[in-house]
Amino acid sequence: MATSLSPQQISERLAEKFAQGIAVHLPPGKGSSHLAIVGREKLTDVLGFLKSDPDMNFDFLADVTAIDHLHFEDPAIGERFATVYQLYSTTHNHRFTLKTPIPEDDPQVPSAVELWKSALWAEREAHDMYGIHFEGNPDLRRLLMPQDFPGFPLRKDYPLRGRGERDAFPQYLDSGPVTHAPPAAEDAPGKSDKDENGEGSGQ
Amino acid sequence: MTEERKITNDATEQEPPAHLGDDLLRKGLAEDPEYRGEHPEPRFFITDESEDDFGGRSMTLNLGPQHPATHGTLRVSLRVRGEKIIAADTEIGFLHTGFEKLAEHMSYQQWVTVTDRMNYMSAINNNVGYAIACEQLLEVEVPRRAQVIRVILSEFSRLADHIVCNGLAGMDVGAFSLMLWAFERREKVYDLMEAVTGTRLTTSYTRIGGVFRDVPDDFEEMAKSLVEEFRRFLEEMRSMTLGNRIFEDRMRGVGVISGEDAINWGITGPILRASGVACDIRKTMPYSGYERYEFDIPTQEDGDSYARFVQRLAECEQSLNIISQALEDLPEGPIQSEDKKIALPEKDEVYQNIESLIHHFKQIMFGHGIVPDRGREVYSATESPNGELGFYMVSDGEMNSYKTRVRPPSIFHFAMLPQLIEGLMISDAVAVLATLNVIAGELDR
Repeated sequence: MATSLSPQQISERLAEKFAQGIAVHLPPGKGSSHLAIVGREKLTDVLGFLKSDPDMNFDFLADVTAIDHLHFEDPAIGERFATVYQLYSTTHNHRFTLKTPIPEDDPQVPSAVELWKSALWAEREAHDMYGIHFEGNPDLRRLLMPQDFPGFPLRKDYPLRGRGERDAFPQYLDSGPVTHAPPAAEDAPGKSDKDENGEGSGQ
Repeated sequence: MTEERKITNDATEQEPPAHLGDDLLRKGLAEDPEYRGEHPEPRFFITDESEDDFGGRSMTLNLGPQHPATHGTLRVSLRVRGEKIIAADTEIGFLHTGFEKLAEHMSYQQWVTVTDRMNYMSAINNNVGYAIACEQLLEVEVPRRAQVIRVILSEFSRLADHIVCNGLAGMDVGAFSLMLWAFERREKVYDLMEAVTGTRLTTSYTRIGGVFRDVPDDFEEMAKSLVEEFRRFLEEMRSMTLGNRIFEDRMRGVGVISGEDAINWGITGPILRASGVACDIRKTMPYSGYERYEFDIPTQEDGDSYARFVQRLAECEQSLNIISQALEDLPEGPIQSEDKKIALPEKDEVYQNIESLIHHFKQIMFGHGIVPDRGREVYSATESPNGELGFYMVSDGEMNSYKTRVRPPSIFHFAMLPQLIEGLMISDAVAVLATLNVIAGELDR
């Protein structure tokens, strides 16, 4: 097995190769791993380099997901959203994490499907949950939510109990009048739900 | 189509509706031009149009969401010409319950109960995977005894998962007794789980920094006799299937995955190793002290359904080896971390000792609890029976995680299904689906 590199070495090499548009970040705490923050203009180049470079050879994309930084601003990201790529090399046995900041008003990022097929569904799920458009993904339908669902459930401004979609799927509209009366105002979940303010109701 | 849909969160533009059944929301949705008022049609990526245009006789057939061969609530739409599958489309999400959203609203200790419900065939492995991620996030050391208990139970759970998968694969191709035998043995594993964890299916056994309680006194005997029984049972399963003409005809050569494809599609676990790639997180990046045990990574060459069946049997042997070694060397000692900020004190202590009461209070009451450093994040991967089970967690310095992402192995396996069954017969599709061991709970979360 070829030699594995530490996340610090990988991020340093990336910073060397791509002088601009890449930042090395070390999360706080003991035992944290270095990760790279890449602008979305450079993302395809950086991912391509990580996959093809013989010292890196990241042939396995373990996961793609996103974070919504609405209630927890990360100065290293500086935007509302970020996509996160978890890479692994089966030949070198090392892992690396890559992040890409994505602005709220234009949530688009190039897809990694050309490089790894595993991005197909991982990106579909991130799109479904956060509403991020992955440019170049051939099948960006919703993965877990119904196709006509109007919101993006893992965004931080989406309440834990939903917005009443469960009762308001429009396919029931054409079948006649609503059969149940709306619940009384005091026990309506929409009113008592504090999740809009970030307060938990899981307690 | 979803791509053209305006990608903004409409909540930021208008007030959310006040209560369930709000007319405004109904009206707004009904006027959405994208809304077609029906369940969306499957989308087929047909490689050969001439196949589909077979005198108008090709048709769309649904396998699921309720179908015995799907082993869970998932839908496979098949475009078929006679018995031949031209293209397939999959739909999941029927069991989606928002586990990741729940994680943002529950404390770190609480969410372990949710992990049970992901791969419910082997809940312990999910518990352990989650606990390890939390321990990395909080920089907690786990005592050796707790680690060994985790390893033993994880491997028993892996055994149960593998034999039930193989048993159901047998049932799907006509070997019904295989399924009954497998379920009988799984009950034995559940008996052991019940003796240790108190529950059979949803174990919730791990705590951050250790395990919930110590094993019973007769644990070693029970485990040893179960190991012996499993050795006999694996031999039975082997003798019934391997070399059986009918079984081999059904399983050989269907759903072939090459090693390169498997890596590219993100496939892990027994399916990856059945395609000839010797990659196992227990070896490559050991956790919970797996580096102390001697075991091999078996691989197969063919990458077809038969190889996956044989691979699971071979892995059962290795699991039994690990269990035997771990039982030999089960150390005495604490089963919970010594760190009082992390581990809950003993119940007796709580009632009699003011300091323990304070620790208990601080951990349970809202606003206190276990709090990692602000901005800390980890990605931790463990080898679950299906493959790489990853937890990516970000902390914002509160008692709830800011972001928890589960990387379930099944979702990547299922993503490849349409490609695997294209060109096969419908009955072969069942044989492929069975050996992929797709668990809907983990798929949908």
